[in-house]
Formats: sequence, C-alpha cells, structure tokens
Amino acid sequence: MTVGIVVVSHSRALADAAVELARQMLPGRELAVAVAAGTEDGGLGTDAAAVADAIGQADSGEGVVVLMDLGSAVLSAETALEFLDDDVRSRVTLSAAPLVEGLVGAVVVAASGASRQSVAAEADRGLAPKQAHLSS
Amino acid sequence: MSVAVGVDDLTAWLRRFAEVVHERRDELTALDAAIGDADHGSNMDRGMAAVVAVLDDAPPTDAAGLLKKTGATLVSKVGGASGPLYGTLFLRMAGAAGDGDLDDAAVARALRAGLEGVLARGKAEAGDKTMVDALGPACDALDAGVGAGKPLADALAAAAEAAAQGRDATVPLVARKGRASYLGERSAGHMDPGATSVTMLVEAAAATMGRS
Repeated sequence: MTVGIVVVSHSRALADAAVELARQMLPGRELAVAVAAGTEDGGLGTDAAAVADAIGQADSGEGVVVLMDLGSAVLSAETALEFLDDDVRSRVTLSAAPLVEGLVGAVVVAASGASRQSVAAEADRGLAPKQAHLSS
Repeated sequence: MSVAVGVDDLTAWLRRFAEVVHERRDELTALDAAIGDADHGSNMDRGMAAVVAVLDDAPPTDAAGLLKKTGATLVSKVGGASGPLYGTLFLRMAGAAGDGDLDDAAVARALRAGLEGVLARGKAEAGDKTMVDALGPACDALDAGVGAGKPLADALAAAAEAAAQGRDATVPLVARKGRASYLGERSAGHMDPGATSVTMLVEAAAATMGRS
C-alpha cells in the first residue's frame, strides 16, 4: 500500500503528459496516480467534484498528495475537500509544489512506500535540483 | 412587513441571473480578456446553463436544497475560479438558510454567509479587485435595509446599487488575486469581471425577490 497521487490541472493534455513524464521514473512499478483535469467538454478548466472523485480513486487508505497547476485548480482542490468524508479528508495533503517538478519527486518517493508527509516534503523540494544547477 | 422567500423566488432569481449572464457573456469575457484569461463570460454561462437544466429537470423542492444543488452544479460546471467561488457562495447560503422559506433577515444572513464563504475560499480582502468589492457592499446595504425594517425589495434594490458602486470602484484598483494579479500595475484601469458578474447576481435578486 502506497500513498496515492492526484494531479489537478486546467488541461487534460497537460496533466496526462506530466503523469507520463513522472511515470518514466517508475519502470515496472505500480503507483495510483489519478487525474482531474479539464472541463467535461474537453476545454480548459477544473471541477471540484472530479477532484473529489480522483482523491477517492487514488486513496488506498494510506492517504493522497494532490499536485495542482494554478488558480482555479487550487480553489477546486480546496473545495473538493469539503465533499470528502472526514476520515478521507484527514489523510489528504494539498501540495504547494510546482506541478511538474513536484510530481516527479512525489511519485518516486511514494512508490518507495514512504509516508504521506515524506511524499509531500519531497514534492516541496522539487525545484531544488533546478535551482542548484542554475545558480552554480 | 417580511415577505417569505421560497423555492419559487429563488428559482426566478437564478433564472434571471442565467438570462443576464447569457445576454452579457461577451461583455464579461471582454473584461476578463483585458486582465485575465478571457473565459469569465463563457464559464459563467456554461455554469448557469447547467443550473437552469437542473431547475428544468429535477429541482429540489426546498430553499436550502435548491441553493445547495446550485452550488454543487457551479463548482462542477463553471471550470474557472468562479466555479469554486460562486459554488461556495451558494453552498454557504444553503447552510445558512435553515428549513423552509426565508424571511427578510434570513435572506440577509444567507447572503452574508455566502460572502464569508467567498472570503474564506478566495482569501481576498476588500480592495483586491475581486467580486468581494461588489458583494461586500451589497451585504452591508442589505443588512442595513433589512435591519431598518425596509421591505425586502427596497433593501435588495439598495444592495444592487451598492454592488454597482463597488463594481465601478474596481476600475482604478490593482489586482492582488487571481490571474489578473500576474499583470500587476497593468491591471489598473479595467473593471473587474467577477465584481461585474456578482453585481448582476444582486441586481437579479432585486428584480425578482420580495416583490410578491
């Protein structure tokens, strides 16, 4: 049982591509990564009910870390928490990490069986390698 | 004298708001194109069209249920930040509505609860160039009117006037929330789209509620 990951984006294509990029880090390993992205008609937008569903899909009981792009993705993820049962809500972390970098770090650590707190912390460190490289 | 606001009044209000949003969607989108991502009119129109579909097909039969269903529909169907913001407004109104119809004071309390939900969700403050800059003054005017014993229709008319003034006052402001905040000083000189649409919401209430 591992921590699940949810990706919330305005764009289904952006979310799917970010997940594909992150899954490259997990050859042969399983990890629950659910996506809530775009509007029903395929446009750009977010849907709090879809985020709540995605959290339900990704949660195996070990909790979920939610990565988001910007703006309404954040507000929809916060709104989604209201739709969850208390016990599920208590094991969800909304991550302030940048979406792509945070997601890559999060999936690697999550697949190793780490705790939700460790996964969220790794996501938060997502920018560090890029910052270190460009500042040296 | 207090007039009870029930499902019929709320339905008329929501239908009127949906009509106005549809008629003025291009205006809302143009405002959003100037300082945001050019989707406010189409997003609100899509969301309110979904609300109207609920009203047509299977409307809840109590006031709180109708407000709750409206909020749940908007958080799902709008797409942009207005979804969680307007959705939370209606969900909080539902929570404050209690059982049965709303008297004048309950209408004011519900709208105030909606404003507080928007504040909590968006973390905006007065002067940030958001819907709060119109909805806040509208709540103050509604509270004052109802508190002074005015008929609900008059108190809502005053609320609509206060919202419009608040909306107009967003023009010189620099945006501090949402996409417009990326523009910094360049956001000044434009009317806020969210303050504009929420003024339509309060004007629609004044046009439909408390008139029976």
